[in-house]
Amino acid sequence: AFFWLVSLLLASLIWFVSVHLSDREDAKLQYGLLVFGAAVSVLLQEAFRFAYFKLLKKADEGLATISEDGRSPISLRQMAYVSGLSFGIISGVFSVINVLADSIGPGIVGIHGDSPYYFITSAFLTMALVLLHTFWGVIFFDACEKRRYWCLGLVVASHLLTSGLTFLNPWYEASLVPIFIITLCTGLWAFVTAGGSFRNVLKCLSCKQEDDSRVMMYSALQVPSED
Amino acid sequence: MITFMNNSDSEEEPCNERTSLMSAESPPVPSYQDGLQTAEAGEAQAHRKRRTGSSRSPNNIADGDVSDLGVPVRESALENEEEELTLKYGAKHVIMLFVPVTLCMIVVVATIKSVRFYTEKNGQLIYTPFSEDTPSVGQRLLNSVLNTIIMISVIVVMTVFLVLLYKYRCYKFIHGWLILSSLMLLFLFTYIYLGEVLKTYNVAMDYPTLFLVIWNFGAVGMICIHWKGPLQLQQAYLIMISALMALVFIKYLPEWSAWVILGAISIYDLMAVLCPKGPLRMLVETAQERNEPIFPALIYSSAMMWTVGMAKPDTAARGASQQTWDAAEDGGENPLHADSQMSETRSPGTTRPITSFEELEEEERGVKLGLGDFIFYSVLVGKAAATASGDWNTTLACFVAILIGLCLTLLLLAVFKKALPALPISITFGLVFYFSTDNLVRPFMDTLASHQLYI
Repeated sequence: AFFWLVSLLLASLIWFVSVHLSDREDAKLQYGLLVFGAAVSVLLQEAFRFAYFKLLKKADEGLATISEDGRSPISLRQMAYVSGLSFGIISGVFSVINVLADSIGPGIVGIHGDSPYYFITSAFLTMALVLLHTFWGVIFFDACEKRRYWCLGLVVASHLLTSGLTFLNPWYEASLVPIFIITLCTGLWAFVTAGGSFRNVLKCLSCKQEDDSRVMMYSALQVPSED
Repeated sequence: MITFMNNSDSEEEPCNERTSLMSAESPPVPSYQDGLQTAEAGEAQAHRKRRTGSSRSPNNIADGDVSDLGVPVRESALENEEEELTLKYGAKHVIMLFVPVTLCMIVVVATIKSVRFYTEKNGQLIYTPFSEDTPSVGQRLLNSVLNTIIMISVIVVMTVFLVLLYKYRCYKFIHGWLILSSLMLLFLFTYIYLGEVLKTYNVAMDYPTLFLVIWNFGAVGMICIHWKGPLQLQQAYLIMISALMALVFIKYLPEWSAWVILGAISIYDLMAVLCPKGPLRMLVETAQERNEPIFPALIYSSAMMWTVGMAKPDTAARGASQQTWDAAEDGGENPLHADSQMSETRSPGTTRPITSFEELEEEERGVKLGLGDFIFYSVLVGKAAATASGDWNTTLACFVAILIGLCLTLLLLAVFKKALPALPISITFGLVFYFSTDNLVRPFMDTLASHQLYI
């Protein structure tokens, strides 16, 4: 979350500077600068995600060296999930909390001609964004780990695409539906990347008990060292 | 004789806390705090300086007392285990401190956002006599800097006073002071707080009920904090009094003065804990020489002290679920702190010193954070909530910044293993994030939200 915040800070700084250096009255220009600011923000977010990956990699190595069995207590996949989730949470919260706070107060949605569905679409968009960040986190870390840079590029591109689609608001059919499709596809991709498969899902759902015997076998193999 | 600048119906409470994170050395000092007292106040008011300490005592004890075994392999194994334990328990400690700090901040922010009383300007403390209602920016800045200087010098004087009291063993005085100040916090401030909350929600409460509630709350609080009580309850009370204190600060410190004071306090904390002649450092060293725990009840501890099985013959084994905080009077003779017990059990050369060390380590590792830390973190977040033009993003950003600062400080604690100030890093991050979020991020996010754009 901290890393995401720092990236947002830098992006805001860039946008702020650009706005102040430009003509305030020109609405088109301001809108263009906003688009530019959003794009810069997306790129910075991904850059900071990469930086966080590097940091976690170092920490992972450190933890592995000092632990008893040479493996770190938390796997890189778990770290990827947590990192994606935290990016998603802070991003979602920053997007929606002011809207939520305003939704308590007295007011009428869309009285000036805007869409009356502002709140509900904001809620759905935020949910999609949180999920997307989680999935992107998993895919991103895996791609960095396996050095599949085309995956990285695809993640960044899909982030840019998602952000760009929100520019089509309030034409919600064009923005919400594609974003949800993207969310679904990215989710499936992340699931496959994390090692999931149809068989795993079936095994999980059927709640088989075969694990117990495996555990006992393992402990039976473990001969306590007497020296 | 208490004078206020304007009318106000609540007490001024100049709390100057300094905090630091401390990792106990041998002989270990788990925690201490310095009390600060305002001479102007008719009654004693507690000002606490706190430190956090991790109650484990690393390599010193390991190397020192195992020397009789004379096995270098053993020692290096101990060190390895020590390091591993450091890192294994480091993450747990971070979480154990995140929860109370978060809770305190939540209480403060919730109160600020709902109860109007704490955001109304109703006078200033006597320690910040210069008003900020001046027309020019320069004058306002000057006034806030002067306010800060006065506040910090009051803090310094109080700290030095407390260190002197401690050096000359005036324990009764210090105890009386602390008891009076926590009395005031638990009764008077709670009464005011409850009154304001009831007013906000338009709930009627008669005086007998009020008396009963406040009396019970206060009495149990005094017992829990100064004597014995369940750990969770003690932690809850400490969080509540920190929140109350922070709310008082938020109400009575003027805008710019509050920010400058926050900055100055973290610098002071840094110097007081790390400089050789700093008052806090001298306090710690004196306590270490005397091998006694410093004043209980003003440090938040995240773990219990287990005295079962390791106690000296003349200290009874207490129930594991009890928090044992010894008053300094008893502390001199038999400090019930685990580390000193560890050194005692180690020296006779017990058969399995490593196990006992580990057992003790596993059960007692806790980190202690001074209440002043809680208070100033909450002041920062509360001020952000109060003055950031209704924006929640700023509050959240400060919250994340403070927690990350705390995380880093704990990391440094694990590395350096000595008393560390807990304020500087967190407050710096918090201030940076507050000003940058309020001025840079807020317009950006507002513009994006108005077009319903997501990034």
